[in-house]
Amino acid sequence: MRNAIPVLGVVAAIMVVWYLAAVWMNAQWTRDQAARAGVEVSFADIVADTLAQDRPRLPAPHQVLLELHALTWTEEVHSRRGIVQSGSLSNRSLVHHGLVTLSATFLGFAFGAGFGILLAIGIVHDRATDMSVMPWAIASQTIPIVAIAPMIIVVLNSIGISGLVPKAIIAAYLSFFPVVVGMVKGLRSPDAMQMDLLRTYSASSFQALWKLRMPASMPYLFASLKVGIAASLVGTIVAELPLGGAGLGTRLLAGSYYGQTIQIWATLLVAAILAATMVGVIGAVQRMTLTRMGMAQ
Amino acid sequence: MSAAPRPHWARPVGVGLAALAALAAVAALVSPGMRGTLAAILTDPRSAALAAIWVGIWLANAWLAARPPPSALVRALVTLLFGATLLLLWELAVRLYSVPAVLLPAPSAIAARFAASLDILWIDFVQTILKGALSGYLIGCSAAFLTAVLIDRSPFLQRGLLPVGNFIAALPIVGIAPILVMWFGFDWQSKAAVVVVMVFFPMLVNSVEGLKATEPMQRDLMATYSAGYWQTLVKLRIPAAMPFVFNGLKIATTLALIGAIVAEFFGSPTRGMGFRISTEVGRLGLDMVWAEIAVAALAGSAFYGLVAFIEKRVTFWHPSQRGR
Repeated sequence: MRNAIPVLGVVAAIMVVWYLAAVWMNAQWTRDQAARAGVEVSFADIVADTLAQDRPRLPAPHQVLLELHALTWTEEVHSRRGIVQSGSLSNRSLVHHGLVTLSATFLGFAFGAGFGILLAIGIVHDRATDMSVMPWAIASQTIPIVAIAPMIIVVLNSIGISGLVPKAIIAAYLSFFPVVVGMVKGLRSPDAMQMDLLRTYSASSFQALWKLRMPASMPYLFASLKVGIAASLVGTIVAELPLGGAGLGTRLLAGSYYGQTIQIWATLLVAAILAATMVGVIGAVQRMTLTRMGMAQ
Repeated sequence: MSAAPRPHWARPVGVGLAALAALAAVAALVSPGMRGTLAAILTDPRSAALAAIWVGIWLANAWLAARPPPSALVRALVTLLFGATLLLLWELAVRLYSVPAVLLPAPSAIAARFAASLDILWIDFVQTILKGALSGYLIGCSAAFLTAVLIDRSPFLQRGLLPVGNFIAALPIVGIAPILVMWFGFDWQSKAAVVVVMVFFPMLVNSVEGLKATEPMQRDLMATYSAGYWQTLVKLRIPAAMPFVFNGLKIATTLALIGAIVAEFFGSPTRGMGFRISTEVGRLGLDMVWAEIAVAALAGSAFYGLVAFIEKRVTFWHPSQRGR
């Protein structure tokens, strides 16, 4: 809690800068409109107008929050298409698009993290796997994998696989490598002394894995899961760009086509809230697990 | 030692088959459309040939890896053999099953396309990597480092900015690309801006971390020399921060390429790797897409390798660089 005041101070400073930038960046439009209408505008008018434009270059924070509220609560509760009146989520609401993105993210993350952990166990126990796969796994980290997302989507669509799975594949691919690299480090973290102790107990390699390597790898596992789920969300959003239909990425692209800046920012805010919540949940599970295992720092 | 010892290749083969079976089972569960495809693949004699090649090379690798002690040469050989096997299987699979080129072109077709369109690839490389990614990378990383030096003097800013920076570093920042494309236009400036935003926070967090990495003893020594703030900064704290700074620089290389390529999906002039990928996907020219991906992979590895090489020269004193 010692950090609360500085963090709030920095956030407040960001808000102030944001408002100033909004006035500065949107002022040109206001002046142009006034010149066209042939009226003089005072500075106060400019400020008032720049913070309330329909398609500002930079929407003010309160506009983004209002749009978020309008596209979630108002849309679902009061609109004809909302869940209250029609019984299903509105296709305009960010709740619907967020859930679509979230489900692909989770599916991909479950695949990616699961296979990542399995491959890490293989790498730690088998030298051939280690020498064959590990250098490629590390090298693949340096490659902008997201670039192939549109291709995978289109190809999978053309052989009749659509819906969540193509997005989930890309999300899985992105979350896979951080988990492999982190888990290999974690499963190798027990020192020679501890491995020797298990050998004196004549423990099998499965027992060593279950009773020593796995517990020892937990801090590494959670650290890489946090990176992995953030990467998984990025993968899903990028994968949604070439697709029509639903999802935050689709909304971003639609917003940029039609110049709906406030809507883009509201969509970004939803993505940020999702990312922060998911990383926060993993962090909470990490703290609980490590505290119960007596490993918390 | 009662039972006969299992041969050394039994485990890797078993693990591989189990993983494949699990993959197939999951795929069949998730998508009914894949069930028929999988059944057809499993009952095909051509699959047996491919599987035989896979198992054969895997056994060779297991044999090579099992001979103690594996030298650096053997390690490289095993790695390259694995990579070459994947390429070979890809090529054979495409040819044996006559996969249409609009789905998956063979590596040989991609290489031919790569060699035939060097001029286009070069134009795209200059536009995306040199103009977009590299300029954004330099601006973003140096701005982040200078910010780190500035806020280093204020504990208040450090305590406030670090959590915020860590938070922002975890956000899907690529999403900001459409906004920056609106602000800075379609050309490379908007791509560089996306890259600046993407690399800034990971770099900032690592630099601040690095500037804190001196020990009290070292700082006391500088104090006994009556060194001022700037002398301490230049002679002790910045050199000590270098391992952290290079960690940030290495993370930022990949982010820079991702940012530059993805930003082009939101609008670009008629050149650039992201532009080419999205238009060629639309025209089903997948060999060109794969050639661009090969360029991205080569550029990404070379970029990372360059930074790692400079790191080795700069932080030669650090324990992680010794004994290699």
